[in-house]
Amino acid sequence: MIISANILTILTFLPLLGALFVLIVPGNDELALNNMRRIALVTTAITFVFSLVMWAMFDPASAEFQFVQDYAWMGDVIGYRMGVDGISILFIVLTAFLMPLCILSAWGSVKNRVREYMIAFLMLETLMIGVFATLDLAMFYVFFEGGLIPMFLIIGIWGGKKRVQASYKFFFYTFAGSVLMLLAMMAMYWYAGTLDIRVLLKTDFPVDMQYWLWLAFFASFAVKLPMWPFHRWLPEAHVEAPTAGSVVLAAILLKMGGYGFLRFSLPMFPDASIYFTNFVYVLSVAAIIITSIIALVQEDIKKLIAYSSVAHMGFVTIGIFVGNVYGVQGAIFQMLSHGIISAALFLSVGVIYDRMHTREISAYGGLVERMPRYAFVFMVFTMANIGLPGTSGFIGEFLILFGIFQINTWVAFGALLGVILSAAYALWLYRRVIFGALEKEALKAILDLDKREIAVMAPLIILTIFFGFYPAPILDATAASVDALVNQYQGVMSMVLPVDAVTN
Amino acid sequence: MNSDLNSFASLAPAYPELLLAIGALALLMAGVFLKDAGARLVGVGIGMLLAVMVLVVIQPATGVLFNGGFIQDDFARYMKALVLAGSALALVLSVSNAVDNGIAKFEYSVLVVLATLGMMVMVSANDLMVLYIGIELQALSLYILAAMSRKSARSTEAGLKYFVLGALSSGMLLYGASLVYGFTGQTQLDKIAEVILLSERSVGVIFGLAFLLAGLAFKISAVPFHMWTPDVYEGAPTPVTAFFATAPKVAAMALLVRLVMDSFEPLARDWQQIVIFLSIASMVLAAFAGIGQKNIVRMIAYSAIGHMGFALVGLSAGNLVGIEGVAIYMAIYLTMNIGLFACILSLKSNNGYVRDISDLSGLAQTRPYVAAVMAIMLFSLIGLPPLAGFFAKWHVFLAAIEAQLFVLAVIGVLASAVSAFYYLRVVKTMYFDKPEHEFAPVPGELKFVMGITGFLVVTYYLTVGRPLVDLANTASGSFF
Repeated sequence: MIISANILTILTFLPLLGALFVLIVPGNDELALNNMRRIALVTTAITFVFSLVMWAMFDPASAEFQFVQDYAWMGDVIGYRMGVDGISILFIVLTAFLMPLCILSAWGSVKNRVREYMIAFLMLETLMIGVFATLDLAMFYVFFEGGLIPMFLIIGIWGGKKRVQASYKFFFYTFAGSVLMLLAMMAMYWYAGTLDIRVLLKTDFPVDMQYWLWLAFFASFAVKLPMWPFHRWLPEAHVEAPTAGSVVLAAILLKMGGYGFLRFSLPMFPDASIYFTNFVYVLSVAAIIITSIIALVQEDIKKLIAYSSVAHMGFVTIGIFVGNVYGVQGAIFQMLSHGIISAALFLSVGVIYDRMHTREISAYGGLVERMPRYAFVFMVFTMANIGLPGTSGFIGEFLILFGIFQINTWVAFGALLGVILSAAYALWLYRRVIFGALEKEALKAILDLDKREIAVMAPLIILTIFFGFYPAPILDATAASVDALVNQYQGVMSMVLPVDAVTN
Repeated sequence: MNSDLNSFASLAPAYPELLLAIGALALLMAGVFLKDAGARLVGVGIGMLLAVMVLVVIQPATGVLFNGGFIQDDFARYMKALVLAGSALALVLSVSNAVDNGIAKFEYSVLVVLATLGMMVMVSANDLMVLYIGIELQALSLYILAAMSRKSARSTEAGLKYFVLGALSSGMLLYGASLVYGFTGQTQLDKIAEVILLSERSVGVIFGLAFLLAGLAFKISAVPFHMWTPDVYEGAPTPVTAFFATAPKVAAMALLVRLVMDSFEPLARDWQQIVIFLSIASMVLAAFAGIGQKNIVRMIAYSAIGHMGFALVGLSAGNLVGIEGVAIYMAIYLTMNIGLFACILSLKSNNGYVRDISDLSGLAQTRPYVAAVMAIMLFSLIGLPPLAGFFAKWHVFLAAIEAQLFVLAVIGVLASAVSAFYYLRVVKTMYFDKPEHEFAPVPGELKFVMGITGFLVVTYYLTVGRPLVDLANTASGSFF
């Protein structure tokens, strides 16, 4: 019972405990470094096990928050409040699932300042899980913004050539957006008298206040997600970050933006959300088409995947603001599936980067001859990125398109164009890197995946295909909460909009 | 003139000041008559300041003394405890490097103790005359401290600059005080409020108020009265700068709060405009001016200017949450700056102590723990959660939003985002660049200060956060 009552606290702070252990490992020789890596791996693995335990104990039939902890703290304003519902629980599982893979992927490739590296990642895990687990607005901000510190250091210390500029851009875009959200949170506190998210979800904010609050939250989440045209930090940060940093960025940090829209913008400011829906559609469709075209001309593999991430997030925002069950379910599914696929893609790039130390597409070609296993792995994830039926990428995009088609066919048309473009850039990338003749001298001695890399890739492949054929575990877990959210949102919508506009 | 002093016990609220005054004189005598007493006297000075701090904390006597000139309330006790802690820690920081900085003289500790006494009088001043006495006792000690390193031209220049501009600000303060006295007929702070409340709105009083605020803005180095700060901070010996940047700021801020909340409460709308202007100007100017700095102490000077602007956000709101925010802000600001200076003063290479930000390159590899503490302080100064600096900003901006000062709040948070740039540059230099210098071992007492401040800043929300909020709440209750 102790575990089930405190499971969110355990999940959130276990990695921090691991970081403390890493900190006190004595010595700096090879043995000590291996011990640090092992501690980090074991900690993240245990955290993952706990997250599965939580998923098993989670009651999917209830839309209420579960595993709730609520203590007064800090002058009765900020409380220690934890709890998950169907919207947040799977993001925690995703985070906990990816972190051991991140640690494993850095086993051989990160050789300098291992101690700091492991501490930074473990701290980051605590902060990321905290974002999804907390039920207090101020705590949410603490976790959301606290992630900047480790991520700034990860990009800056272990990044590529232009790492300083990339880390600065990452920091300033995110920070400038978030501080406005902080003020909005304070305004909500003075209106509602509490920072408890459960209460705020039921509070009716005055409509003209909602517009400002919505915009302040949008400033933060649109940068984080990122939406076009606030995405400029992302390609650089992704490209310069070390492999595991890119994985965390693409797979989890971006999802905080989408989670924020679902948790705050939609249910708390429904009038404003409806008012700004077309605005979001325009930005999303622009993101899908423009960034897909930009992705076509990239010469750096990581940059191409980064732009493709922006395009996929465009689908997510469409799905969220459609506000019907298909759209929102699809958006959540798309976020989780993109979490797996983008992580896998960045890990795949990391594999060849570790060998050749370049990310230029033109430096590769004909890898299939030397690396058949790698070619297979990369193909699975390329197809999943395109959204081929049978992979998890298909389910999310299909649900979103299904949802938006009922509301606005033009937006659906624009988004579908993006699907075609994504096939173009992804397949072309695959052709240039994997196929063709193996002409480059440097590539002739390249080795195929080793056991550690297979261990990293295997679970990702299994999940991509498993959820592509059988998405029910995810959809079941989220269903009740999404229904509650959508019902409330549709209720407001039917009051605001004329009837025919809703059904149209 | 009838006195309210009829027994020694009735002096209880002023015991700390009396004790410190006697102590300062004893310290002076000891310094004069004992040869080579310099180093030992620093220890005595630290002990004395800490003892008085304990007295302030455990001695609950409050009240008004000396015909209404002196007030001891919860707010004064809170601020005095901060001032004393700041002064004591600043003395601790000077121990290992006094000789290198040319301040290994017995006068150093005497002057710090006297300045602290002046600050305590400022915090407790309930009368324009007492207020002035406190300010001058403090300021005159600080002028000498700035010029303490007699052989250094920069230090002398800093002392002179500080003196000239400080004298100017004192003049403005006096002018304002005389105007207020002329138009209200009172010098006692609470009586001034009564007169203002009963009489018609008088331009003379508002004029006087503006001059008083200008004089105090000099002391907290709020823009546009900040010009002296970077030069004096850079020129003065670094341990002296550590002192300048901490305790006097707390005292001046406490005085400012008392002045506007006690005697000019009825004119809230008038002083709020001025304070909001000072606040916005400080935050914005410091955020941009800090970017260009190469010298680390100059950068900290601009950081101090900016942080005074943030603290003034709380005062602009003028409500309970706001004053509470100012009190919390000053406590956290003090901790962060002491920690930062402890790091800077612990870094001595073959070329002497670090001066430029570039001297810190690669510190994370040569001195990982110092670099970690320094990075913590810098991230906290930016206001990143979960560090203490975030909660400081949280409280003041919460007050501003309650008072519906939205424009001020938006400008404030954006300025804090801009100011992140120069703090991050130091982090970047320490963590992303290659090491260049070898540093001497870190002295034990600096390790101790770094450990304590680092611990407090990192675990603020778990350890001191809650008690501090409660204390600040009690303290700010004195005005409502």
